[in-house]
Amino acid sequence: MTEVQAMTQDQKNQEAIEMIAPVILTANDQEADAPRPDDRVEGEPATAPAATSPRPDVVVATPAKTALRPAALPPEKVSVRNLDFYYGESRALKGVSLPLYANKVTSFIGPSGCGKSTLLRVLNRMYDLYPKQRAEGEILLDGKNILSADQDVNLLRARVGMVFQKPTPFPMSIYDNIAFGIRLYEKVNRADLDERVETALKSAALWGEVKDKLKASGLSLSGGQQQRLCIARTVAIHPEVILLDEPCSALDPISTAKIEELIDELKEKYTIAIVTHNMQQAARVSDYTAFMYLGELLEFDTTAQMFTSPKQKQTQNYITGRFG
Amino acid sequence: MSRYDRRRRGSAIYIGLCYASTLFGLGWLVLILASLFWEGFRGLSPAVFTQMTPPPGSAGGLLNAIVGSLILTFLGVAIGAPLGMLAGTYMAEYGRHTKLTFVVRFINDILLSAPSIVVGLFIYEVMVTRMGHFSGVAGAVALAVIVMPVVVRTTEDMLLLVPDPLREAASALGTPRAIVIGKVAYRAARAGLITGVLLAIARISGETAPLLFTALNNQFFSTNLNAPMASLPAVIFQFALSPYKDWQQLAWTGALLITFAVLALSIIARILGAQRTAK
Repeated sequence: MTEVQAMTQDQKNQEAIEMIAPVILTANDQEADAPRPDDRVEGEPATAPAATSPRPDVVVATPAKTALRPAALPPEKVSVRNLDFYYGESRALKGVSLPLYANKVTSFIGPSGCGKSTLLRVLNRMYDLYPKQRAEGEILLDGKNILSADQDVNLLRARVGMVFQKPTPFPMSIYDNIAFGIRLYEKVNRADLDERVETALKSAALWGEVKDKLKASGLSLSGGQQQRLCIARTVAIHPEVILLDEPCSALDPISTAKIEELIDELKEKYTIAIVTHNMQQAARVSDYTAFMYLGELLEFDTTAQMFTSPKQKQTQNYITGRFG
Repeated sequence: MSRYDRRRRGSAIYIGLCYASTLFGLGWLVLILASLFWEGFRGLSPAVFTQMTPPPGSAGGLLNAIVGSLILTFLGVAIGAPLGMLAGTYMAEYGRHTKLTFVVRFINDILLSAPSIVVGLFIYEVMVTRMGHFSGVAGAVALAVIVMPVVVRTTEDMLLLVPDPLREAASALGTPRAIVIGKVAYRAARAGLITGVLLAIARISGETAPLLFTALNNQFFSTNLNAPMASLPAVIFQFALSPYKDWQQLAWTGALLITFAVLALSIIARILGAQRTAK
C-alpha cells in the first residue's frame, strides 16, 4: 500500500513540477519510472521533529503523507548550528542552521554574494588559510564540533573534500594528481596505489579517457576532464563529505551532464553539498535545497518541495527568475 | 594646413625619432659585440681551455681562470640561492601580509641595486681582514651576497603568480602547509624559480669588483678555497690593462667566453619563461 501511495505522491509532484518548471521533469522522470517510495518519505523533514530545521513546520498534510511519516529522516552527517561568519568586520553569514543528511545531495542556491560559497568554505575550514576571517557557532560532523580550536584542520579536510569552481589540477602527471592525496595519509605499495588511482578515476568516469596517458600532465586535459580529475582526486582519499563549489560553472553542457551523473552515483557513498547558480542543476541533482539570501538561510526543504511550492515569496521569486 | 595633416606630420616625426634612437642604441651594441667577436675569436684555440695564464711573452690559456670562475660561481649560487629561495618563500607564503615582509622587501630592493663594489668591500672587511689573506671562499660569499637579492625577488614574484585556488585545492585534501608549498606551489612556479637562479648566475658571472677585494687572482691553477683563486673577470681586468699584446688577446677571448655563457643562460631562461606563460 505504501508503494501505491508513494506513487500517487510522486505523480502529484510530477503534475506540480510540470506546471512550474518543465526542465525539472526530465530529471524526475527516471524516479517515476522506478518508484522509490523511500525517497519521498525521507523527503519530509517538516513532519519530523528536526531540531535543526530552521523553517516553520508548515505541513501540507495529505493522509498519504501522514501514513508515511514513520520512516524517519536520514541521519544528519553534518549539522550547522547558528553559524555566523565574518570577513574582517563584515558579517557574511547570519545565524545559519541546517543539516546535511547522510548520503544525500544538498544544493545551495541564491543570488551572488548571499553566502553560499562562504558556508561551504566553513564546512572544511578553508577560511583558516586567510587571516581576518572567522566563524562563530557550531558545525557538528558526526556530532563533533569542527570549529573548536582542537580540531586538526588537515585531518578535517581529509574527511571533508572540496572541488572548486575552476578546475585546479596540480602541475604534475594525471597519476600523481590522484596519488598525491593518497600518499599524504597512507603508506601504500605501488600495486595498491595503482589500483587506488584506477578506482578513483573510474568513479569519476575519467578512466576510459586517460588510462593510456596516466603519465601525461594533468594540465593537458580538457576543462571537463580536469574537473573530473579534481573529483577523482577528492574521492581517492575516501572522504565522508564532498563539497562542490559551482563545479560546472566553467564547463560545457556535455561535461556538465557527466559531472551531474557522477554526483548521482557518488551520493551512494558520500554526503554531498553543492553550490550552484543553475536552478535546473539544483533541481536535477539534489535531494535537498537551501535557499540563501544576504547571508541568511531563508528556506530549507526537499528539492521537490522547494521547486514546486516554496514557502517563502523570496524563494519563489528567485526560482522563477524574477530576481537574482 | 588642416589639423589632421598637422597631426599626421607630428606622428611621422615622432615615429622617425623613435626609429633613430633605437638604431643609435642598437648600433653601439652591435659595435661592441662585433669587436668582441672579432678580437675574441682570433685568440680562441684549444690552448685557451688547457693551459694556465702565462707570464707576458709566452703562450698560455685561461684554464685556471675558467675553473676558478666555475667554482666561485657554483659556490656563490649554492650559498645564495637557497637562502634567497627560503626568504622569498617566507615572503610569498607564510608572511604575505606581515610588516616583516614589507621591510624585507624594501631592504632587499636596496641590496638588489647596491653597487657590487660595496659588497666586495663589505666582505673584505668581514672576511679577508679577519682571515688575513684573500681567499676563494671570500669570493664565493661575496658573489652569494649578490645572488641572494635577485633570487629573493624572483622567488617571491613567481610564487605570488601561483593562483591561490591551487593552494586551496591542495589544502582541501588535508595537505599540511609545508607540503602545499614544496610539492604544489614550487612545482607550479618551477620554471620561474629556475629562471631566477639562471639570471642570478648570469649576473655574477661577469662581476669583477667584488672578486678583486676577496678572491683576488691567481696566476696558477688552484682549487684551494682558502687561497686566492683566479677568475675570468679578474684575469680580464688584469690582462686588458696590461701593455702586453698576448695578454690583451687572452682578455678578449675571456670576455667572449663570459658573453657566450651569459647569452646561453639568458636564452635558457627565456625558453623556460615562455613555457611558463604557455601553460
